[in-house]
Amino acid sequence: MIFEKVDRILEKYAYKHSAIISIMQDVQGIENYLPEDTLRYISEKMELKLTRIFDIATFYKAFSLVPRGRHKIRVCCGTACHLGGASQNLEQIKRTLHIKEGEATDDRMFSLETVNCLGTCALAPVVMIDEDYHDAVSPSKVEKILSSYHSESKRLQG
Amino acid sequence: MKEINSISNLETLRESIQQQRDSAKMLIRICNTGCRARKSVKVIDVLEDEIEKQGLGNKVTIKKTGCHGFCEMGPIMVIEPGNIFYCRVTPGDVVDILSETLVQGNVVERLLWRDPETKELVICEKDIPFYKKQKKHISYNSGKIDPTDIEDYIAADGYSALCKALSAMTPAEIVETVVASGLRGRGGGGFSTGLKWRICSEAPGDIKYIIANGDEGDPGAFMDRSLMEGDPHRIIEGMIIAAYAIGASQGFLYVREEYPIAIEHLSIAIQKAEEYGLLGNNIMGTGFDFNISINKGAGAFVCGEETALIISIEGKSGTPRSRPPYPAFEGLWGNLQL
Repeated sequence: MIFEKVDRILEKYAYKHSAIISIMQDVQGIENYLPEDTLRYISEKMELKLTRIFDIATFYKAFSLVPRGRHKIRVCCGTACHLGGASQNLEQIKRTLHIKEGEATDDRMFSLETVNCLGTCALAPVVMIDEDYHDAVSPSKVEKILSSYHSESKRLQG
Repeated sequence: MKEINSISNLETLRESIQQQRDSAKMLIRICNTGCRARKSVKVIDVLEDEIEKQGLGNKVTIKKTGCHGFCEMGPIMVIEPGNIFYCRVTPGDVVDILSETLVQGNVVERLLWRDPETKELVICEKDIPFYKKQKKHISYNSGKIDPTDIEDYIAADGYSALCKALSAMTPAEIVETVVASGLRGRGGGGFSTGLKWRICSEAPGDIKYIIANGDEGDPGAFMDRSLMEGDPHRIIEGMIIAAYAIGASQGFLYVREEYPIAIEHLSIAIQKAEEYGLLGNNIMGTGFDFNISINKGAGAFVCGEETALIISIEGKSGTPRSRPPYPAFEGLWGNLQL
């Protein structure tokens, strides 16, 4: 069960309060988000105030308190991508999937977020889905890119 | 395990690595970091498969390197001897590269870089104007060595500065050398590195820490990223020297989570340096102890600011505090926190 996995992570970091960010990063790796009951469990086990955990979970952008999609879409909005039309791409993705930044689609297929810079400015504007970089994206390419993940999932499900 | 337990031991190892290198073999250097965004991993996979299939393993070595710098033309591949520069290489080009360049000794013209002004094809990496105007210092090894192979770094004179620092210099001499060198921070403020080390070495307190800031988040800035990905041992060697100079025994590398390759390569580098006795307790038998751990950032841009970064390492939300006191006097686990 999930709490057994959480226990192993807590032991790995020896319940050290200073390691709470690393602990939460590892715990988030289990379900791709931080469920409330898991955070309450960590708070109890580590004897660390829930307010401090909540503070960290809401301060750092990497953490999510709501479920995320199977595929994580990251739209780069750094300077180079912004100039290349990142905001139009973002709007097109939002229109296509009917979600806003920080949300996941109803079928938990995709979640959407924006990032400041992926460090691949030569490829701007960039949309990253999971570990794949999509370079020189334009609104007209968005649907095709997203549907390739749909068909991939269908194929995997058989 | 090849633990190095004395300074001369490292020199012996370096010589033996250099002697083992087969200079008759062709060398293909291909970017395995920045160019991954342009699918260089697939090119490498096909390249390795084809070399095995065609039995060319005794003729060519593939070196998966860090960033070559000319990212917009990626994936980039350089073949030695000849310094042949191929750009925008796709998996479909691999067969031609092997049959033409490796076996026949010809260049594949369609993969060469074309000068947009003169319209001429350029064969050698060193003749491309983008590189011609560069003089690489810190990024010298990136694109040349395999960042996951500590012996490649040692063969390229790696850890020789550490040897010199530990065997022939006092901490004060190191500080003054760095001050005199004019080395400065690369983040924009351009603060003198030597001065920072001097302030830390003179600061009161028995326990001191070294924190390397790899939370590079400014749009368009990735000099730290290419160094962490392409030459991680250089950072580790620098941190050990700095630690010895100021009297620290523990180091932290704070790297943003959005840089997974940097985290991977630094983790491998730390592990290898420990195995080789270059990091940890009693470094190279000199009695000096120093350890490094990695902290992953969690997507907070502001944590690139030094006080916020320090608070983040302490396991809190990284809100900057006002200075003074400066981190050299009240740093990690200090009393003056929010």
